[in-house]
Amino acid sequence: MNLKDKSVILHDMSLRDGMHAKRHQISLEQMVNIATGLDAAGMPLIEVTHGDGLGGASLNYGFPAHSDEEYLSAVIPKMQQAKVSALLLPGIGTVDHLRMAKDLGVSSIRVATHCTEADVSEQHIGLSAKLGLDTVGFLMMAHMVSAEKLLEQAKLMEAYGANCIYCTDSAGYMLPDEVSQKIGLLRAELGSHIEIGFHGHHNLAMGVANSLAAIEAGAKRIDGSVAGLGAGAGNTPLEVLVAVLERMGATHGIDLYKIMDVAEDLVVPMMDQPIRVDRDALTLGYAGVYSSFLLFAKRAEARHGVSARDILVELGKRGTVGGQEDMIEDLALDMASQRKLS
Amino acid sequence: MSQKIKAAIIGPGNIGTDLLYKALRSEQIEPVLMIGVDPNSEGLKRAAALGLQICAEGVQGALAQVRQLGVQIAFDATSAYAHKGNCELLTPLGVTMVDLTPAAIGPFCVPPVNLNALNPAQLDNVNMVTCGGQATIPMVSAVSQVQKVSYAEIIATVSSRSVGPGTRQNIDEFTRTTASAVESVGGADKGKAIIIINPAEPPLIMRDTVHCLCADTPDQQAITQSVLAMLEKVQAYVPGYRLKNGPVFDGNKVSIYLEVEGRGDFLPHYAGNLDIMTAAALHTAELIAKYKQA
Repeated sequence: MNLKDKSVILHDMSLRDGMHAKRHQISLEQMVNIATGLDAAGMPLIEVTHGDGLGGASLNYGFPAHSDEEYLSAVIPKMQQAKVSALLLPGIGTVDHLRMAKDLGVSSIRVATHCTEADVSEQHIGLSAKLGLDTVGFLMMAHMVSAEKLLEQAKLMEAYGANCIYCTDSAGYMLPDEVSQKIGLLRAELGSHIEIGFHGHHNLAMGVANSLAAIEAGAKRIDGSVAGLGAGAGNTPLEVLVAVLERMGATHGIDLYKIMDVAEDLVVPMMDQPIRVDRDALTLGYAGVYSSFLLFAKRAEARHGVSARDILVELGKRGTVGGQEDMIEDLALDMASQRKLS
Repeated sequence: MSQKIKAAIIGPGNIGTDLLYKALRSEQIEPVLMIGVDPNSEGLKRAAALGLQICAEGVQGALAQVRQLGVQIAFDATSAYAHKGNCELLTPLGVTMVDLTPAAIGPFCVPPVNLNALNPAQLDNVNMVTCGGQATIPMVSAVSQVQKVSYAEIIATVSSRSVGPGTRQNIDEFTRTTASAVESVGGADKGKAIIIINPAEPPLIMRDTVHCLCADTPDQQAITQSVLAMLEKVQAYVPGYRLKNGPVFDGNKVSIYLEVEGRGDFLPHYAGNLDIMTAAALHTAELIAKYKQA
């Protein structure tokens, strides 16, 4: 694989996707310290919000330690060069949240939908583009559809005004060939002014390999997370990806030692549990299940004595999509009562 | 049985047609007129075949028929924008509007919760909130009738096939309207609504989760009784409304897991979200009709 002189924009997820792994309890001080460290390491884009995006604060997904407003207000003024992005899932967040984020200095809005439901994003993508923000269409659970279907949905987002489209492997299910095929088709068929992005999860330990495949196939933006802090077995660990890109001669603009230090000195010490491919995280990747279900399934196991792995496999069979966390408790209750009967 | 109250349906699409099928079974309502804007519409043809008068020139073109047939109730299954105009034309004729659009010109109505309090004899316009609202607000109310609910959150999961282009283009309207009615009708101090669209095949049946945070320790027995009583009230007009799990008590949190299967009149069984809207609209109209007959 030849990535020499390919230019890549890395986007850190530790302060958004990482919120899932921290049950949305990252402190303002931790946010600012990590963001400042990433900024100094040259990270061009840093995402900051509740794990489920703007407006995600809820009983369903978890109330965060601080509001999106508080996190964004704390982090953005401290940035020297890094731009801050915010995620928004239509159906959870609204255009009111989007306006709030813009007023607080967010430069990039990423509007996320399930990979077949792009048409719910028209008002949010349209407004973000109209406000002059970097506007990203983020197609989640992209493993569930063909490359052609993904392209059809991407074109909707392009038409609404997105300037960047992501193929998002929310379940960490994809293998490199699939990434190459999907990114390749998006790159070939979307306008040349549209950037293509890839967001991976490390549930099958494919985060780095998939990211390389994406870059080779034409992706310009790659999401990852310092020390991998993210849902499931985490996101593509950025310090590892940076080292690999360095060896391959790709251009990324990140200081490798500085990002290694952010990972080791700031992020790893604050983890509630090791971010690793344990059997439940592996099940997510193997069964194609949304990564943020991990801790919910573990809690349901503890409460109802039903195996988290069995819950996750069943959720995969039922075609559950991102945001259906309420299904986990409901299903665990069903499984527990069935077991009593049998 | 006294004479049925005559009704018009505006909008011969899926919702209007499903509503028509239900209304044809009603003891209180007689659907007599279907109003559309496209003479080639399948829905208009279907309504004509079922014995209704039809009009393909919108409400403006149907005013003579409305007068001549003695229409007293009109269901509006068009759009928020069209509803405003329809309302301006029909309200002066004394027609009560049952609004299935998000226009919300009239007060929100979740029939087992607040219809009686809305003074049905005097109402000229009621709004049916949203599908998620119809499915969940009865349960928020069931809890808030027992004790103070400081926060209520509902999550509605619906099949992709059952979500039309209007809802998709303005999904924020769903979350805002539902959250607002969780407060004003459900009785929670603060409300939040989340909608998830799932494309699984075969399509999943609508499911809804209701979480309430009580201000004090929940009275488990009283809340459980209230939830079961409300379940029966909703099942009276939506037979496929089911309590799957709960109420589950966790500290001050009360969680209720629901499933809504449609009757399959015109819409498929999985589209409980659409069924509960048409069923609630007809149920509302039937209660209003009783006052009109009296």
